[in-house]
Amino acid sequence: MKKDPLIDQDIEAYLKKHQAKDLLRLITAGSVDDGKSTLIGRLLYDAKVIYDDQLEALKADSEIHGTTGTNFDPALLTDGLIAEREQGITIDVAYRYFSTSKRNFIIADCPGHQQYTRNMATGASNCNLAVILIDARNGVIEQTKRHSFISRLLGIRHLVVCINKMDLVDYSEDVFEQIRTDYEDFAARLEATEINFIPISALEGDNVVDRSEHMPWYTGAPLLRHLENVSIVSDQNLIDLRYPVQYVARPHPDFRGFAGTVASGIIRKGDEVLAMPSRQTSRVKSINTFEGEIDEAFPPMAVMVTLDDEIDLSRGDMIVHPNNLPRLDPDFDAMVVWMNDNPLEVGKVYTFKSATTTVPGRVESIRYAINVNTLHREQQSELTVNDIGRVSVKLQKPICHDPYSKNHTTGSLIIIDRVNNLTLGAGMIIERGTPATKPATEVSKATEPTSKNIREEASLVGAAARETLLKQKPVTIWLTGLSGSGKSTISQALEERLVQSGQAAYVLDGDNVRHGLNRDLGFSAAERTENIRRIAEVARLMNEAGLIAISSFISPFTKDRVGAKEIIGDDRFIEVFVDTPLEVCEQRDPKGLYKKARSGEIKGFTGISAPYEAPESPDLCLDTTRLNVEACVHAIIAMMQDRGLIA
Amino acid sequence: MRYNLSYLKQLEAESIHIIREVAAEFERPVMLYSIGKDSSVMLRLAEKAFAPAGIPFPLLHVDTTFKFKEMLAFRDKMAADLNFDLLVWTNPEGLANKVNPFDFGSAKYTQIMKTEALKQALEHHGFDAAFGGARRDEERSRAKERVYSFRDRFHQWDPKNQRPELWNVYNAKVNKGESIRVFPLSNWTELDIWLYIKFESIPIVPLYLAKEREVIERDGVLLMQDDERMELREGETLTKKKIRFRTLGCYPLTGAVESSADDINGIVQEMLLATKSEREGRVIDYDESGSMEKKKREGYF
Repeated sequence: MKKDPLIDQDIEAYLKKHQAKDLLRLITAGSVDDGKSTLIGRLLYDAKVIYDDQLEALKADSEIHGTTGTNFDPALLTDGLIAEREQGITIDVAYRYFSTSKRNFIIADCPGHQQYTRNMATGASNCNLAVILIDARNGVIEQTKRHSFISRLLGIRHLVVCINKMDLVDYSEDVFEQIRTDYEDFAARLEATEINFIPISALEGDNVVDRSEHMPWYTGAPLLRHLENVSIVSDQNLIDLRYPVQYVARPHPDFRGFAGTVASGIIRKGDEVLAMPSRQTSRVKSINTFEGEIDEAFPPMAVMVTLDDEIDLSRGDMIVHPNNLPRLDPDFDAMVVWMNDNPLEVGKVYTFKSATTTVPGRVESIRYAINVNTLHREQQSELTVNDIGRVSVKLQKPICHDPYSKNHTTGSLIIIDRVNNLTLGAGMIIERGTPATKPATEVSKATEPTSKNIREEASLVGAAARETLLKQKPVTIWLTGLSGSGKSTISQALEERLVQSGQAAYVLDGDNVRHGLNRDLGFSAAERTENIRRIAEVARLMNEAGLIAISSFISPFTKDRVGAKEIIGDDRFIEVFVDTPLEVCEQRDPKGLYKKARSGEIKGFTGISAPYEAPESPDLCLDTTRLNVEACVHAIIAMMQDRGLIA
Repeated sequence: MRYNLSYLKQLEAESIHIIREVAAEFERPVMLYSIGKDSSVMLRLAEKAFAPAGIPFPLLHVDTTFKFKEMLAFRDKMAADLNFDLLVWTNPEGLANKVNPFDFGSAKYTQIMKTEALKQALEHHGFDAAFGGARRDEERSRAKERVYSFRDRFHQWDPKNQRPELWNVYNAKVNKGESIRVFPLSNWTELDIWLYIKFESIPIVPLYLAKEREVIERDGVLLMQDDERMELREGETLTKKKIRFRTLGCYPLTGAVESSADDINGIVQEMLLATKSEREGRVIDYDESGSMEKKKREGYF
């Protein structure tokens, strides 16, 4: 057994290093004899987490249950339950833990039988990555497709296809390539995600931990190396604040704490927040932890929030930002994985639990079932065990929710039997509202997504796929500054420069927004705020489509820019302050507006008769009295390159 | 990366979430407090889950009457320091019949003083949810345990009929008499527990740390004679050795290891360089392989 030498030499340093590692949760899936347990056993064995006494027990077991004769059978390490050891197969999800010098891992070992789809969905629900095993002798079979589909359905973005038992096909590159092509043909229908292919032999250890000597034609990383290095940080949703209230603590009359786990977004002390469904607003007074108060919390931190005002808020409710609301509706569509022998009955009342809310409701209709082998939609009147289908749900009261693709916490639910309390199914919300079933009489606020006619098909294409396609990380460059400061000139030059170097970028400015989308808006404070809000929403959509948005508006008020940042998201909002002194702007006065403002012809003109609140800590500050246009563009490009947004 | 939580903090957050869900959804939850290192971590997590408020449920210690004296002293000090509601239960029949591991054998003793006692306590108080400090990495049958583990009216676990458990959405629905065992530390490993104790400065029973103690060697296991109920067999002598315990339970059933690790760094160092798993010191597991699953089916925690 090879151990990290630090353990012996400097345990303190080793522990500090270990404690700072991150965590990758993965599932392994494959058909009965594809060798999952063998692979996991091999990973555990080669990653040195098997103790001698466990190995001794294993040897004793091998004589009774082993399937590899007198050889070491790694599968016995993971086949835990007596029943399955007797049958020689894995029948339930088992969790395994190991770590390397780079990362900690939790493996959900998922069974391969057709009738155990439910276990696969269970295991996949908390994972970042799926390892799909294929027996090189059999190639892509129905269960391969089923497992891949379920992984995608549960929102797993990273797939690693391990073509196993390469030793039994003479380590043939042709066999590997054929299976890879077959899989890619099928995976095209899954809507692209990150897929890697690795030829391995779990039993012999080829390309599991160490590079195989038998397959020099394979130039990629061995499995463990890949698992250590795959990047998962960008999978987090730091944009939409969703804080489902879990528990209200009231230790004394002066303290009312809302305990919860941040599902997505970032909550900060001082934030203006909205309580759903009461729609009362307040501010975050404090964010408490056992260690004391903190300034901000992000997923998946568990904290306790207090608010400035006594508002209506309890378990099952949600704290959000006023400019970024979840949908509040009793009706929605969901993809359901049915997990019980009694079929899903349309019209029957079940209990639905989503995040911290539990509500009775029913399935109104089954729109279609998915044949997971062909991915074709089929008409079915019921869903039986291990079926997957799209259903319309109607709850007895509205709940806050988002599409699962955007938010795994507020987009997921379980379905519980009201008599025997069993968990019958699991659902992933895919659409906001069902169309044309409700009168369109409800009045809605502009910021509230309640139109029943809006259908939002959850995109199956991940942000990662778009990033790969466009070779850029989409962001919004938000230019702010006085009229005549040079925003338009800089933004246009920046757009030109980006497009010329092969990036997809687009400028949003008064010319293309005020005349169309926002032509109903004037220049009052409220209308200016709404103007900026809409622009931010458009920028967000552009970012989601993979584009770099360049916004060029005076945007004089801090609160509007903070609102825009909330909509677009912290990590996608880049604030650039075009810092040109008023005197210089007035001197330039390209459209003669300052003159008109001075004479009183234009009222409420920023800088003259209305305030401009300069950003306190912009990402970039451009002093146009010292920098020419080219230098300004260069500075922005350099910052984008520094942050790895563009090459 | 600024918005990236280290894995230990992720585990902590996950456990706190579980503890709060239980407090919010069950009528009468209880936290099983075994005084061991896992219980100590679980207790800290419960404190964290509700701070600045107190822990809103009681802690239950099933006292088999053969716990180390140091454990009981530690338990009472913690209850006083942290001001939690401590319940102690001993099987009254077992107590009346002086059930002990020497005369009744370890299996029967454990059945009566631990398994039966726990069931009695849960029924007596009407608890519908009980937190336990078990981890999935401890033993093979535990690897498949749910976070919320359903028990029927007879406290039995049916491994073939577990409720599916997705995301962190837990099904807390039970009918009268049924209950849920909840394992907030499911995803922690032994190393995680020690790291957390170290970085959070969590108090633990001193028996975990190596010290010169008087032990006897019986059937290849080092045991401490914690009181006179354990009689020395012929040929056995007390000898001073520097020892510590990797797990703590009933003193006649808990083997010590020779060690020089007198701080947490030392423990972790020994653990990482060790070649034997932690349950090795427990006499209870000496039966045939798969024994833990059998005990769990019968209602053992």
